[in-house]
Amino acid sequence: MSFRTPLSRVTGLGSAKSGTEHFWNQRMTALANVPLMLFSVWLVITLVGADRAQMVATFANPFITGFAILTILSAAIHMRLGLQVVIEDYVHTESTKWLLLMLNSFFAFGVAIIATVSLLKLSFGG
Amino acid sequence: MATLDQWPFARRGQIEGAFDAMAEPNRPLSPHILIYKQEITMVMSIVHRITGVGLYTGTAFLVWWLAAAAISDGAFAVAQGFFGHWFGKLILIGYTWALFHHLLGGLRHFVWDLGKGYGPERYTMAWATIGGSVVLTGIVWLFLI
Ligand code: HEM
Ligand code: HEM
Repeated sequence: MSFRTPLSRVTGLGSAKSGTEHFWNQRMTALANVPLMLFSVWLVITLVGADRAQMVATFANPFITGFAILTILSAAIHMRLGLQVVIEDYVHTESTKWLLLMLNSFFAFGVAIIATVSLLKLSFGG
Repeated sequence: MATLDQWPFARRGQIEGAFDAMAEPNRPLSPHILIYKQEITMVMSIVHRITGVGLYTGTAFLVWWLAAAAISDGAFAVAQGFFGHWFGKLILIGYTWALFHHLLGGLRHFVWDLGKGYGPERYTMAWATIGGSVVLTGIVWLFLI
């Protein structure tokens, strides 16, 4: 026997109204991360000890820069969701928790934006 | 399909006297983590979390490297100098290992998400993750760099 109302059954969101999306985005970015990270490991290996001219030459290729930016965005979304769960698991003081959740967002967006702008600048000639 | 009297649930009698206040006999209890035998899968669970947080923190180095390259020759030389130094290399080797471990651990999560891999094969997957992460890190650092 189910106690769910017809409305709750159609919307299918449960009592918290969210969570599925978090779970799904964590998995989707995790899956995207697999090829993207293997690509990045290869990319970084080719750039070990490079000088700036080599960096500019490498990122002049839009495919390389494009995939590098995709990597950064996927990783940033994934790691923000991931650390959010870690914080929620261990920090139970409301004020501290909210502060850390905010810092988590700032860090993730900061990483994403600064890395992306840097990659674009290199791509456009350094 | 596991039933409630199988692993990982314990029956009332298994935790003597701990839950006397609970009136219901024979109800499945969630035992405290401290009474579990240490298993490799538990270690892997926490290591997945630790590597995740490590990878998170390490993105600061990635940003430094990219931003320095975008800023100037001097700034980039400083960054490359740091990562060429033994201490910088140690961080990169650690990052490589954490990445591969977390990546393979993530693949295990995908298997579980598909509803598979909850039997004894979970131990095989755990050891394969450890072995695989060490081997892949070795390949990158001994042969590719
Ligand atoms: C390389 C491919 C990757 C895969 C396949 C992957 C997979 C996963 C999965 C499936 C989870 C969820 C674990 C759970 O539900 O308990 C997770 C958590 C997490 N991931 Fe990743 N991930 C990858 C890369 C990364 C990267 C690059 C970072 C950071 C920059 C990262 C940071 C995290 C963090 C912080 C968590 C939360 C840990 C936790 O809740 O215990 N992951 N990862
Ligand atoms: C009624 C009992 C329990 C319920 C309802 C429950 C529920 C959950 C849920 C919903 C998650 C999150 C799953 C996910 O991230 O995808 C989780 C994760 C976890 N639980 Fe439980 N749990 C229970 C008992 C236990 C016990 C007894 C232990 C250990 C002795 C345990 C250890 C963990 C650990 C280590 C995780 C993190 C898993 C990971 O990072 O992949 N849980 N649990």
